[in-house]
Amino acid sequence: MKIEVKELDMYYGDFQALQKINLQVESNSIMAFIGPSGCGKSTFLKTLNRMNDLIPGSRINGEVRIDGENIYEGDVDVIDLRRRVGMVFQKPNPFPMTVFDNIAYGPRIHGERKKEALEQIVIESLEQAALFEEVKDRLHKSALSLSGGQQQRLCIARVLAVKPEIVLMDEPTSALDPISTGRIEELITELKERYTIVIVTHNMQQAGRVSDRTAFFLMGDLIEEGDTDTIFHTPKNPKTEDYITGRFG
Amino acid sequence: MSNAKKMRRNQRIGFAFLYAAATLTIVVILTIVLYIFIKGAPYISWEFLTSAPEGNGTEGGIFPMIVNTVLLVGLTLLFVTPVGIGAAIYMTEYAKQGFWVKLIRQATENLSAIPSIIFGLFGFIFFGKVLGLGWSLLNGALTAAIVVLPLIVRTAEEAILSVPQIYREGSLALGASRWQTIRKVVLPAATPGILSGVVLSIGRVVGETAALLFTLGSADRMATSVMDSARSLSLHVYILAHDGIGFDQVYATSTVLIVVVLILNLSAVFLTRKRRGQ
Repeated sequence: MKIEVKELDMYYGDFQALQKINLQVESNSIMAFIGPSGCGKSTFLKTLNRMNDLIPGSRINGEVRIDGENIYEGDVDVIDLRRRVGMVFQKPNPFPMTVFDNIAYGPRIHGERKKEALEQIVIESLEQAALFEEVKDRLHKSALSLSGGQQQRLCIARVLAVKPEIVLMDEPTSALDPISTGRIEELITELKERYTIVIVTHNMQQAGRVSDRTAFFLMGDLIEEGDTDTIFHTPKNPKTEDYITGRFG
Repeated sequence: MSNAKKMRRNQRIGFAFLYAAATLTIVVILTIVLYIFIKGAPYISWEFLTSAPEGNGTEGGIFPMIVNTVLLVGLTLLFVTPVGIGAAIYMTEYAKQGFWVKLIRQATENLSAIPSIIFGLFGFIFFGKVLGLGWSLLNGALTAAIVVLPLIVRTAEEAILSVPQIYREGSLALGASRWQTIRKVVLPAATPGILSGVVLSIGRVVGETAALLFTLGSADRMATSVMDSARSLSLHVYILAHDGIGFDQVYATSTVLIVVVLILNLSAVFLTRKRRGQ
């Protein structure tokens, strides 16, 4: 198992945002988190690379193991953890620098100085993110001049450039048009070969299209987790069925 | 009178007042600038800009004052930018938002409301007497640094706060440390805003007199060390006007000053626009 979560509680101050979450994610698979707004799915995603550390007053109980190692143990290097567990955000957030510098940012902060090595990483990452052909003549133009969909693929390439093992995606297509969304979904399924992917989505069709397994969250509880087909066609829990069939959410 | 008519009449009166106020503002500024220009411009020549004053400044040029002003500005920025920007970074990125940050912010706000003659007296006594710097470029620069510190801190703070949070998150999620994030993402994105504060500060230092009179001194020679007394352009205007001698020189120097400050303010506007991406 790539990711193992055991009895995870998470609090913002007095508010308990997650309750006793148990979940496992296999290597080279795509796990989708679905559920209504405020159900804790994005919060849970952030506990997997400790981005929740940035929120004042947040704390957790329980374990999150990546390759068997508890990432909340005292001596874990958060910087190395975040390199291994990359994150793509809801809104494309390229830095206000060139396309090249955006991708090279991660490798540079992790100590890569050689120009040829950086060039190679940039090209490889852009190719993996299916963006190279579109931007190869604009590598030294501002990343902010790209379209929204291109910017999001750039952000994916930027994550891939630090050679992560896991890629977390927090509603990566919610700010994009349908065509850009389609391209990103295609990309996600391709990336599965090399990475383990966890995606939060508001869009149930999207979960159905891209994921191997799906987890349904409600009010900070993990209600049901299973094979995506099973969750969508023969869910065990009536709450899951109600959500899937659109009775609420 | 019907209600609609009344509204229209009130509106017309309101607009007329606003129009008059705006016009008056422009007329006042233009009158001052043009008056100085017309009086001063005929005396400005290459000679005037590049030669030393003679007869206590009643004749000759202003070259030493130009150099002194540049030196003063450079030395002031050397002191104030690291401290000001450092304080702004600390307050926005590191400090827990609470009592201390509020206190520092309040202190800088208050500092900016103090008349600059008070800073002049402080510099005269503390830097000049206690630390023994006397009337010198160093004393003037330290005092000027205190005068513009609030401006630098405030503009830098605003510039840093206007950098979108998602840039920071993106950087941290790639495994960057907070310091790397600040240095490589936040500060570059905030640079135009920070620079516009620096440019405004330069304008403030160039135009300052009260804080410098007792600190920078009034020697009308070019300073050759930081311990030399050195008259800046503004002080030159002040001293000549005060002594009632060489009014042609006063207008000519003032014209130079106005042009310099105008250029500085326009570049601040340009930088602010650039920040907004216009």
